[in-house]
Amino acid sequence: MASKDHSYTGPILECRDLCISYFTRAGEIPAVIDFNMTLEQGHSIGLVGESGCGKSTVAMAIMRYLGNNGAIVGGQVLYKGRDMATLSEEELRQLRGNEIAMVYQEPMASLNPSMTLGRQLMEVPLCHENIGEKEAYDRALQILSDVNLPDPERIMSVYPHQVSGGQQQRVVIAMALLSNPSLLLLDEPTTALDVTVEAGIIELIGQIASKYNTSMVYISHNLGLILETCDRVNVMYSGVVVEGGAVGEVFDHMRHPYTKGLFGCIPLPGADKAARPLVPIRGQLPLPHQRPPGCYFGPRCDFFKEGLCDREGLKMTPVPDEPGHDVRCRRWQEIDWSTYKPEGVGAGATQAGEVVLSLNNMKKYYEITDNSIAAMISGKRVRHVKANESISLDARASETVAIVGESGCGKSTFAKVLMGLETATDGEVFFNGKDIAQQEVQKRSPEQVGSMQMVFQNPFDTLNPSHSVGSQLARVIRKFGVETDKDRIEQRVMELLDLVKLPRDFARRRPRQLSGGQKQRVGIARAFAGNPSTVVADEPVSALDVSVQAAVTGLLMDIQKSYRTTLIFISHDLSLVRYLADRVVVMYLGHIVEQGTTDEVFAPPYHPYTEALLSAVPIADTSVEKTRIILEGNLPSVTNPPSGCVFHTRCPRFIGDICKTEEPPVVTLGDGHRIACHLPLAELQSMKPVISLARAPQTPAAE
Amino acid sequence: MLVFAVRRFGTMILTMFVVSVLVFLLLEVNIDGVATKVLGPYSSQEQRHLWLQANGYYDPAILRYLRWLGNFVVGDFGESVRFKVPVSEVLWPRLANTGILGGIALFFASLIGLTLGVIAGMREGGARDRGVSVVSILTTSVPEFASATFLMAVLVFQFQLLPGTSGMADGFDPVQLVLPVLVLVIYDFGYIARMTRASMAEVMTTHYIRTAVLKGLPYGQVIRRHAMRNALIAPFTVIMLQINWLLSGVIVVEVAYAYKGFGSLLYEASLNQDIYLIEACAMVAVFVAVMTQTLADIGYTYLNPRIRFS
Amino acid sequence: MTEQAVAAVPRRESSVLRFAKGLALIRESWVGMVGLVLVLFWVFVAIFAPLLAPFPPNATGAPLTLPGGPSLDGSAVHWLGTDQLGRDILSRIIFGSRQVLLYAPLATLCAYLVGIPMGLAAGYRRGLTDDVLSFVANVILSFPVLVLYIIIIATIGASGTNIVIAVTFASAPGIMRIVRGLVLDLRNREYVFAAETRGESPWRIMLVEILPNARGPLIVDACLRLGYVVITIGTLGFLGLGLPPPDPDWGGMVSENRQVAMFLPYIAIFPCIAISSLVLGFNLLADGLREVSLRD
Repeated sequence: MASKDHSYTGPILECRDLCISYFTRAGEIPAVIDFNMTLEQGHSIGLVGESGCGKSTVAMAIMRYLGNNGAIVGGQVLYKGRDMATLSEEELRQLRGNEIAMVYQEPMASLNPSMTLGRQLMEVPLCHENIGEKEAYDRALQILSDVNLPDPERIMSVYPHQVSGGQQQRVVIAMALLSNPSLLLLDEPTTALDVTVEAGIIELIGQIASKYNTSMVYISHNLGLILETCDRVNVMYSGVVVEGGAVGEVFDHMRHPYTKGLFGCIPLPGADKAARPLVPIRGQLPLPHQRPPGCYFGPRCDFFKEGLCDREGLKMTPVPDEPGHDVRCRRWQEIDWSTYKPEGVGAGATQAGEVVLSLNNMKKYYEITDNSIAAMISGKRVRHVKANESISLDARASETVAIVGESGCGKSTFAKVLMGLETATDGEVFFNGKDIAQQEVQKRSPEQVGSMQMVFQNPFDTLNPSHSVGSQLARVIRKFGVETDKDRIEQRVMELLDLVKLPRDFARRRPRQLSGGQKQRVGIARAFAGNPSTVVADEPVSALDVSVQAAVTGLLMDIQKSYRTTLIFISHDLSLVRYLADRVVVMYLGHIVEQGTTDEVFAPPYHPYTEALLSAVPIADTSVEKTRIILEGNLPSVTNPPSGCVFHTRCPRFIGDICKTEEPPVVTLGDGHRIACHLPLAELQSMKPVISLARAPQTPAAE
Repeated sequence: MLVFAVRRFGTMILTMFVVSVLVFLLLEVNIDGVATKVLGPYSSQEQRHLWLQANGYYDPAILRYLRWLGNFVVGDFGESVRFKVPVSEVLWPRLANTGILGGIALFFASLIGLTLGVIAGMREGGARDRGVSVVSILTTSVPEFASATFLMAVLVFQFQLLPGTSGMADGFDPVQLVLPVLVLVIYDFGYIARMTRASMAEVMTTHYIRTAVLKGLPYGQVIRRHAMRNALIAPFTVIMLQINWLLSGVIVVEVAYAYKGFGSLLYEASLNQDIYLIEACAMVAVFVAVMTQTLADIGYTYLNPRIRFS
Repeated sequence: MTEQAVAAVPRRESSVLRFAKGLALIRESWVGMVGLVLVLFWVFVAIFAPLLAPFPPNATGAPLTLPGGPSLDGSAVHWLGTDQLGRDILSRIIFGSRQVLLYAPLATLCAYLVGIPMGLAAGYRRGLTDDVLSFVANVILSFPVLVLYIIIIATIGASGTNIVIAVTFASAPGIMRIVRGLVLDLRNREYVFAAETRGESPWRIMLVEILPNARGPLIVDACLRLGYVVITIGTLGFLGLGLPPPDPDWGGMVSENRQVAMFLPYIAIFPCIAISSLVLGFNLLADGLREVSLRD
């Protein structure tokens, strides 16, 4: 590392009036406009914004890696005072991976599948430093143990697919740290990971920052993560920074209406669907080539003033008493936030009715045929994957029951059994009084099918791209026998579009002409076409941007309330679940570990897994204090679950052999709050809350 | 891995078995037709009847099939009607000749195809990419018989550079191989190039190539160590499967240039209704094709660590 | 997201019109345009063959006339010369296009009609259906194509219908594999799950929910396959296993004219150019369609 200039004391990275464009067949499309940022040594800056706001483009521009059609069209990127644009290809190459390193969103995709991890790690020092294989190997091994990977020798010799997602990301981080870079760019490093794994990675990033004194640019769409990792934050919207400053100032006293709006869209601990509902930002993010004049946020802003906000030449203005806090708004000083009471999209409290859906010891096992020689010899060729084990729960009319858990917990299998795409291996599923556990969807009556429908996760393939929106809705109406007359069907399609607040002429559109949020609305309309008594929503908003999420969630709750529908809400997002669910069921590896009302589950006593899960969720509120609980180890495979209590391999409250050998008893605490755990009752009841508010939930307001 | 190989070979044997049934059904069920083909169209009803009886053709079909299959497995393919010698005597030398022709053609086609494909795929949409695309579409659009005719007209009759037939009447002569090889290479390399290009272009857009570049590796290393290693897995299979195609092309080329190989043998056999020779040729051709496919599958599994270690 | 992208409300349009609009996109790819022009040229020639050809295809005149030479009665010109029997090469090429453009699309269509349902069933139902269909396909595909054709034609004889049968038999497994691969991908889309959860029948799901979304790659494949079938028909003609004489057939013309190549090397080349240009047309069209379909 002789070449590195560690005596430099100025800012590590400076972006001055940076403008980046992509050149497509449609012409030049500005991706980032007038971007300014100064990163001091040892500091970390967060770039936060919704998809398409240009945050990742900034990172790629810093690396000068914009592909064939992207280019910096104005401004400068200065690394340690040197203009990156003046560097030759060779100088750039020496900088990359050596001085500036990057961690990416998809760890699996970022690693070469046909090369051992060791080789990929060793490449970095071998290429940047004049050292031998042996030394490179030792260095790689050392760094692997620095990122807390167990058994580094094994990791060195295996291929990427042989380790878990969390471990892959640790390897990528190790690779970035190998040459002790001055600047680390992290582009959504935990987005692809489960929340408990994410917590471990975030902790690691924090350790790196203090240990190596590395400067970091942290890119994320998640405000909570920014709070946990960064000193400063730049909030981006449609290619521009709308507000920037110290994290505390921006989070507590945001000035820009967009920042304000963003915070109104995320369910913070204080939010409540009845009393303090979420406030979605109306409209949609403008496309890069259709930005409005003046302030890009103008059309969606409640404070938009004609003649002022649509004037060109909008610049960042400093906030007087807060050095380094800048806002891109002409009216920020005029806005009186204390009188601003936007209308939220919540639903008032609902009264749960009779039991609609009741599961009793439902089990779903899959059979896997093992074709390995060992299996053939031992004769154990067929193994059972216990996707769902003894699921018992009730759901009442107009109640929202949330199923929470990480990947592999059996949420999706659960939904498939309910919908009749799979039949249960054992147990009962009573729906409107009839046992449907063994009834495939084809054997159910149209009324039965129509009265339990599903909202899907991915807006990009929830609708068939080959058919118009109207014809897809009409098909559902016909299929469930709601209407048979052609005109009546069309009438009903219109009503459904009204219901989800979409214009009626959308009936003629093709799905690709719709935005993600709009498609998801059509998906909701489709689910409600047969007047269902129960709707299963499988992560219905997780693929949407935060501002759209709030609107779609609000819509779903609104419809649910007016139809008194039972909503089974499957999600991994605890904050959202806390906001909208009446009852919560926590699952881990196919088992229900805890269930109860939302208040019961989110307050002690907890199941140790629920406790860890709550601790892992990043919360974008400076007043929240959390107990840190980082789970060790990997999520075990569903095909080979641990014995006894399935959580014992990672449990921070592990109490001994009983956890390994015996399935935990279900302890009932109070009315319907059930925890499956070996911990003595007294210990459960002495647990402290994971999340506490240091002060009263503040109204994020300016003055 | 071993289990996979064993299973793959099992499938291969099963395939060969079904193919043999198919061939038997197509060519031997109509026994009167067999007799006519063997004894010629001018044979009398009586002669055919006697011949059929003498050769056990009145036995049940199953029995005949099993006997036929048994003979096949030990390499007894019967006697060629046209050459009046056991089929195996003509078949093996001819197959060796085709092996030489096909091997050389495959070598050059792969070499050119892989090189062009990698070059084109390195920068998708670049000038080289477009050039290679157009050239490979052009060459794969010209059927073998057309390029054979065209090259003959130009190189043999117009400029008299090369001999027009490749009969090898006076012993083996490498010059006579030039035209047949050329025709096969022209038709085949484009396909390999396009497949390699697609695979390479796809790899170049992956995130791990971005990782490699942003690690600061020199471009040459990125291409050689990271891109090509992954990009050449798919073309390996393509090249192995190309052998199946080559067997078709070989027939045309051998007929066009009178090369004494397996293809022209099958062709002659079919023109002369030489039933046992057709059967033998078909079985051998399918065996070669199935064998290469099996090897391709096993090789692919071996080359791809994602499958190898799972 | 993309609210503004959909400012214009599209009128309700027929599927035919949409298909035509889709094809019109080919204008954006010059490669595709060249291909389309080549194909349309031959379609035009085939349709108007009697008007375009200077001679009847089987009329005999002076044998082995040089290109540009006059006819026997001096009233017309043999632009591309005559063959051994004195038949006009140009006229035979023009009439030959009719054979190719009749049998190649017909054979391809039949192959698709067989291959698509097989692929849908194998990919959607999986399990035993898939195992059996895939095995059958593998067996057929393990024959080198021309070997398979030679055996089939040697067994059932050479005629137009038999060529269609042979091509269907040999190509359907390949089509099945492609469709199967597409279905395996598409069957996991959420709109397919949505259809399943409302209890749609499997064939409706395959034909209405899945197949329309596979049309892009299938159209590209059909173009490539058409080109390949043209080559196959030509090759069979060249080997004397194609359409029976005396009607003109490009492959057959090449092999007939090769016999006199010693004297007139170029007359055998003209039908070669004809067939190559048609195949090139199909291949370029396929490439253009693929390029355009990848754009959005």
